[in-house]
Amino acid sequence: MKGKYAFWSILMLLFILLLTACSGDGGADPGASEEGNEEGTSEQKGSNAAGDQVLVYARGGDSVSLDFASISDGESSRVTKNIFESLLDYDKESFEVVPGLAHDWEVSDDGLSYTFFLEEDVTFHDGTPFNAEAVKINFERWADPKHKYAFTDKGYAYPLYGTMFGGYKGDDTHNIKEINVVNDYEIEFVLQAPQGPFLQNMAMHYFAMTSPAALEKYGPDIGENPVGTGPFKFVSWSKNDQIILEKFADYRKEGLPKLDQVIFEVIPENSARLIALRSGEVDIIDGINPDDAAGIESEEGLELYVRGENNVGFLGMNVEKEPLNDKLVRQAINYAVDTEAIVEALYADYATTAINLIPPNYLGYNEEIKAYGYDVERAQELLAEAGYDNGFELDLWVMPVSRPYMPDPETVAEIVQSNLEEVGITTNIVREEWAPYLEKTGKGEHELYLLGWSGSNGDPDYFFDSLLHGDSIGGENRSFYKNNEVDELIDQAGAEIDQDQRAELYKQVQAILHEEAPGVNIVHSTPLAAAKSEVKNFIPHPSTSDPLEEVEIATE
Amino acid sequence: MTAYIIRRLLHLIPVLIGMTLITFSIVHLIPGNPAQTILGEAATQEAVKNLEESMGLNEPYIKQYGIYVTDLLKGDLGTSLRTKAAITKEIWPHIAATFELTFFAMLFAIFIGVNAGIISAWKQNSWFDFLAMLFALVGVSIPVFWLALMEQWVFAQELGWFPAYGRENSRDPIAAITQFYVLDAFIHLDFPRIFTILKHLLLPSIALGTIPMAIIARMTRSSMLEVMQSDYIRTVRAKGAGQFLVIYKHALKNATIPILTVIGLQTGVLLGGAILTETIFSWPGIGRYVFEAINYRDYPVIQSGVLVIAFLFVIINLIIDILYTYIDPRIKY
Repeated sequence: MKGKYAFWSILMLLFILLLTACSGDGGADPGASEEGNEEGTSEQKGSNAAGDQVLVYARGGDSVSLDFASISDGESSRVTKNIFESLLDYDKESFEVVPGLAHDWEVSDDGLSYTFFLEEDVTFHDGTPFNAEAVKINFERWADPKHKYAFTDKGYAYPLYGTMFGGYKGDDTHNIKEINVVNDYEIEFVLQAPQGPFLQNMAMHYFAMTSPAALEKYGPDIGENPVGTGPFKFVSWSKNDQIILEKFADYRKEGLPKLDQVIFEVIPENSARLIALRSGEVDIIDGINPDDAAGIESEEGLELYVRGENNVGFLGMNVEKEPLNDKLVRQAINYAVDTEAIVEALYADYATTAINLIPPNYLGYNEEIKAYGYDVERAQELLAEAGYDNGFELDLWVMPVSRPYMPDPETVAEIVQSNLEEVGITTNIVREEWAPYLEKTGKGEHELYLLGWSGSNGDPDYFFDSLLHGDSIGGENRSFYKNNEVDELIDQAGAEIDQDQRAELYKQVQAILHEEAPGVNIVHSTPLAAAKSEVKNFIPHPSTSDPLEEVEIATE
Repeated sequence: MTAYIIRRLLHLIPVLIGMTLITFSIVHLIPGNPAQTILGEAATQEAVKNLEESMGLNEPYIKQYGIYVTDLLKGDLGTSLRTKAAITKEIWPHIAATFELTFFAMLFAIFIGVNAGIISAWKQNSWFDFLAMLFALVGVSIPVFWLALMEQWVFAQELGWFPAYGRENSRDPIAAITQFYVLDAFIHLDFPRIFTILKHLLLPSIALGTIPMAIIARMTRSSMLEVMQSDYIRTVRAKGAGQFLVIYKHALKNATIPILTVIGLQTGVLLGGAILTETIFSWPGIGRYVFEAINYRDYPVIQSGVLVIAFLFVIINLIIDILYTYIDPRIKY
């Protein structure tokens, strides 16, 4: 018997030794210890022991940083959307611009000056008053790499500011020329040139207001210590695990938020997330396999939510490569690929077959354009007309990651491959890691490629200008498509401030692109979310950053 | 014994230096300018240059390595490119999470594995032996993700006995002190919470511990069988000692060395991060931390993660080596 005990005690010793050896420098998360819910461990639905309204929102990945402007990451803005506010905001279900921290705004006739009238008596979570000066500091921080709060020496950069406002301070194309504080609650933005989507951009969550006092206090640690004016304030963050927010009692909107606490949980597996929802451990889940959707819809106690369309998945063509430089060949491929079959097979009907590049709910969507449709004979005719009766070979590049617009690129590639085989085009599937995939397609090493694009400001400019403008070659224009007429129309629409005019211009762009066919638009996906039936007023936003201020949990 | 331990510790020095050399080279072997990677393609040349200087990338390699090792000795693992947070602070909770899971997985694996192996050897060719070894064969062959998903489906969804994910009840998070939640709950003297945390540990521990358990069971059985045939066991039996005493006192001690070796290796493997189990059960461990970093090419995190995992492996080996001499005083190096 002695031997047995010795054996076990040695093993225990081994682990205890390791345990103590490693807990020496215990870097306990300081935020986590502020959490004061020690009343009990009850697993009561939707509330903790104190009877507070607690909502658990589970998603697939953790936030990168809670300094929203320095990254472009949906999992980060999903959280910061509820901590911070921008001058303008989007409507609950669409990208229509509505007031945010600015209750009103004025545009000069020439479109070069925008004056925003700010909400008064708003304070940040740390008690700092919100005013025009705070707005100016935030914008200067993003615009000027030398700004004392830009933290460029710590690796901070503000890519979306550069994309949306034409670069940074000192660049010729930088569009925000001046920011003038008129008085505490009035601020004027002077532009270099009129910008069509300017208000649309101002409503983006990436341009939300951080407390200047917090920037001073936390410095480059601001990414882990967010302080805004939004409905919830930050409590703690344990990486890859959970982020806890709690109600901001002095929120500017009376009676909101309704929840006392919001907890963002990371559950990487789609199936595990659904199980956690079913077992009541979480209240809302984002990201659902289309195959599970029907089950959720019919299940009692669960509610399925479908987000609005805000992306496009496409089969792109490098139009510089032969024979893709021939318009007839490109049209033939459009006839040959059965997009409806792809959408039906892979998205379980929770998606829309794409006709144009932009989603149907976007400004200027051209409804007169009819889909090419699946037509093998027509495709063969066109190929013959172009002089390719005997077929040819093409490389088809397949993205190695799943994206909301294309959850299963590998299968899409297989369908495309067999579709093209029917009309005599042999495709060789090329696989690359994600970073080299983007790098090499950016350099034009590919022929056909699968990719997509997600909207961020709900404006067509963000699709057309990024993906098919001649100036974007070497950037996101991986089709190397350059058409002067298209470029001119896109530029004109980008500088026009009358939205009806812009819509007309984009309709023309779509008509030309449909004829020119620089790619096959396959799908606009409608990502799914689900929640328990007790969760009320949850409206998923197409941008995936869901405002939770009005959400509440019904108690029976 | 003391001299041996000191000698063994000295052996660690070249190993550790080698490890730092390899992890240091990771960043420099990869093509491209790290400063450019951090700031993105849109960054101005000036910004890139400034960052290079503040990161010390313009210094010669030798000096950079010197800075790296000095920082390591100070306990500074650098800054994550992706989150811009200090890695030392970020990595600790992940190590603790993996450690806790590994501890319980190995506890399960050792307890079941060793005892099953012993009984199989004791009752060789019995129905128990047959079943246990069949089970062990299935155990080593079973894909971890499948087992984990099945557990989740049956025990979390269908029966609702155990939670489906995470380290504890997310609505009521613990005030973490050491980040070892069981230990933390003990410190708070919060016994219902200990129960909750153990409930969260059970399914992932079984998923993770099944393969080591099967390996340990097989190793224990064969090692025991060999020892049981030796002369001294016959002598002990001839003295009239009871079967139980013969097995657990006399035979097990001599059979322990190979078992311990397997246990050490398996523990090292599990500490390296059980990416599948950690992903399926949303366990915020070191495996997922490094995996995420690989996805985003966050080199400093990959570097530090690999270094920490290698370091833990070395430490486990050291402990096993020391245990050898303790268990079997005949072992001299």
